[in-house]
Amino acid sequence: MNKLIVSPSPHDENYVKTTTIMLNVIIALLPALGVGIFMFGWRALTLTAVCIASCMIFEYGSRRLMKKTNTITDLSAVVTGIILAMNLPVTLPYWMAVIGCFVAIVIVKQLFGGLGQNFANPAITARIVLMVSFPGAMTNWIKAQDYDYDAVSSATPLVLESKGGDVPSYLDLFLGNTGGCLGETCALALLIGGLYLAARKIISLAAPVSFIGALALLTAISGGDPLYHILAGGVFLGAFFMATDYATTPITTKGKIVFGLGCGIITFVIRHFGSYPEGVSFSILLMNVLTPYIEQLTRTKVFGAKEAEKNEG
Amino acid sequence: MRKLNGIRLKHRKNTENSQTVEMPLPSKVRIPMSMHMGAPCQPLVKAGDMVTVGQKIGDTDALFSVPVHSGVSGKVTAVTDYRTAMGAVCKAVEIETDGLQTVSEEVKQPAVTDKESFIKAVRESGSCGLGGAGFSTHIKLNPKQQIDTLIINAAECEPYITADYREMIECPDDIIGGINLVKSMLGIKMAKLAIEANKPEAIKNFTEMAKNDDTIDIVTLPSSYPQGAEKVIIYNSTGRIVKEGELPADEGVIVINISTVGFLYRYFQTGMPLVTRRLTVDGNAVGEPKNVRVVIGTSFREVMEFCKTDMESVKKLIGGGPMMGMSIPDVDMPVVKTSNALLAIKTYDERKTSACIRCGRCVRVCPMGLMPADIDRAYKIKNIEELKTLKVMLCMNCGSCTYVCPANRKLAETNQLAKALIPRK
Repeated sequence: MNKLIVSPSPHDENYVKTTTIMLNVIIALLPALGVGIFMFGWRALTLTAVCIASCMIFEYGSRRLMKKTNTITDLSAVVTGIILAMNLPVTLPYWMAVIGCFVAIVIVKQLFGGLGQNFANPAITARIVLMVSFPGAMTNWIKAQDYDYDAVSSATPLVLESKGGDVPSYLDLFLGNTGGCLGETCALALLIGGLYLAARKIISLAAPVSFIGALALLTAISGGDPLYHILAGGVFLGAFFMATDYATTPITTKGKIVFGLGCGIITFVIRHFGSYPEGVSFSILLMNVLTPYIEQLTRTKVFGAKEAEKNEG
Repeated sequence: MRKLNGIRLKHRKNTENSQTVEMPLPSKVRIPMSMHMGAPCQPLVKAGDMVTVGQKIGDTDALFSVPVHSGVSGKVTAVTDYRTAMGAVCKAVEIETDGLQTVSEEVKQPAVTDKESFIKAVRESGSCGLGGAGFSTHIKLNPKQQIDTLIINAAECEPYITADYREMIECPDDIIGGINLVKSMLGIKMAKLAIEANKPEAIKNFTEMAKNDDTIDIVTLPSSYPQGAEKVIIYNSTGRIVKEGELPADEGVIVINISTVGFLYRYFQTGMPLVTRRLTVDGNAVGEPKNVRVVIGTSFREVMEFCKTDMESVKKLIGGGPMMGMSIPDVDMPVVKTSNALLAIKTYDERKTSACIRCGRCVRVCPMGLMPADIDRAYKIKNIEELKTLKVMLCMNCGSCTYVCPANRKLAETNQLAKALIPRK
């Protein structure tokens, strides 16, 4: 007879593992990525491939350098690579994308302890670093379905709106037939992915709904066009895939709602009062930084717990 | 009203329709002196003594302890040192059976006149919680507080186990008799028989039996684990919340396992103490999963062989259910009073733990509303104040957090380790 295995209870486990979750996120990102490739051509695919490959190499390399276990198989680096690529304009030089991957994986993720320990969303931070470092290359937009990487400077819907240009229709915004980062334009595909994740119970809809809701409400109050503002720019990508990131958003539903509302408010403030046309990335980053405090204030209520005595000590 | 969290488990009640089978008398039994919560008993017999069925072979003066009886007649071959599955060390009495099963003259119907003699008789029966915890019944039934409700725990919420269910199907009259006995002896007005929704036949039977008795209420519990946990079953059947540091009796309730109630009734009819028990034998290494009635002290090996277990393939043995049961380190350990199930598993991989991804699944499933992910963090840096704020002491080790963790973190285990860091007042 074998030696019996002795371990503490429970002796049974669920089938959902970290890799399963990451794989589901990848599946959920595919529709929007597909639309991106259709709208912006083959370079969208190669740029994504470059991002995935360099994220995985950086992940492997930094874990190796720090003499830690290899975590490449949990697929989290792949997810970061895809999300980062979706946050880039299709014309971005590859070497800049590689710098973005370095910031995301090495600086934001691994230097803070790896998966689950990062204080900010790696892809968002990388996008912001690239945006302030290479403002020209990061705002080099091409027309959707034009596939001409030299005929640049088709502005994004939000720029068009703020400058009073010829704005695209709701349908074009919904289907992604407009200029912008390669994965953020098609609200429909992002919505499908987000709802898929919610149906698989991978994410909660609390943060996306309160994010989009707060933005729409504030835009309406300020006299703007709420539908245009939630469909244009990176709201859907940010709300469904980045404001739902496990490590950098609160755990409880209450906390997620606070987080989503905060994102909506900051996005509105930047878009309405700021000089940047787009504020989704900054809003999520700022709320990431606030997350530990939100968590402190939105803990669960323990069943049957007595309140701590005030006079104690 | 707050709805308590829980998880959906595969019920795997493969043995629910298996009539309890009497296991043939083993040639030898080994009866540990510690099968209950509380101090171990001292053996009252020595090697060479002859013993009979129902004879008391161990006792102690310790408050929480209950005596131990022999389930066989035969000759004591040795009194040895024994380490229980919990790790405690006590004596064990080894008896070679003579096959006659002569009943001891100590076995006679107890004379009960009032509450005091009732409680004394309950102690003499050797009864402790048969659901697995092993809390002494005579202590549980004798609280200082005023009790108005008796809750009969028939949730049996763990997968595989059907021992309590078979008690309900095979001995319903004993259960009703036991409930009425306890109610009348302790002067409790109301009894609530709480059964999980996955046992419709038992719910139907008891609803029919109790339809003319408005002092017995049949409660259907939702089918989500862990309904059988004391605080959960109290809340879901009465709406009362047992607060931090309180006992169920502080809220006017006593919770008692259904098999224990059935046993008490039979004891007060026959005087035969707790010397046999029904247990579910299941798991994928078991050829013929079934419910068996065995003499306490029979080795697990014999029980497994009786159920046609592929002994070579067994990787893990669990005493109790897969969620809260104990790993059994040795197949030659004996069946004890609290063994409600024996699971022999042949597919078990040691799990690799990875980093917490803060997905919050543990928080969403904890029936107590705790935050295991945060406790895990606070434990790592030994932050005792934080652990207190997070109320880790309220963890009842149901295992739901570990079960759902995608990173295979042993959160329930960490909670128990964290509890040990907090100084007791």
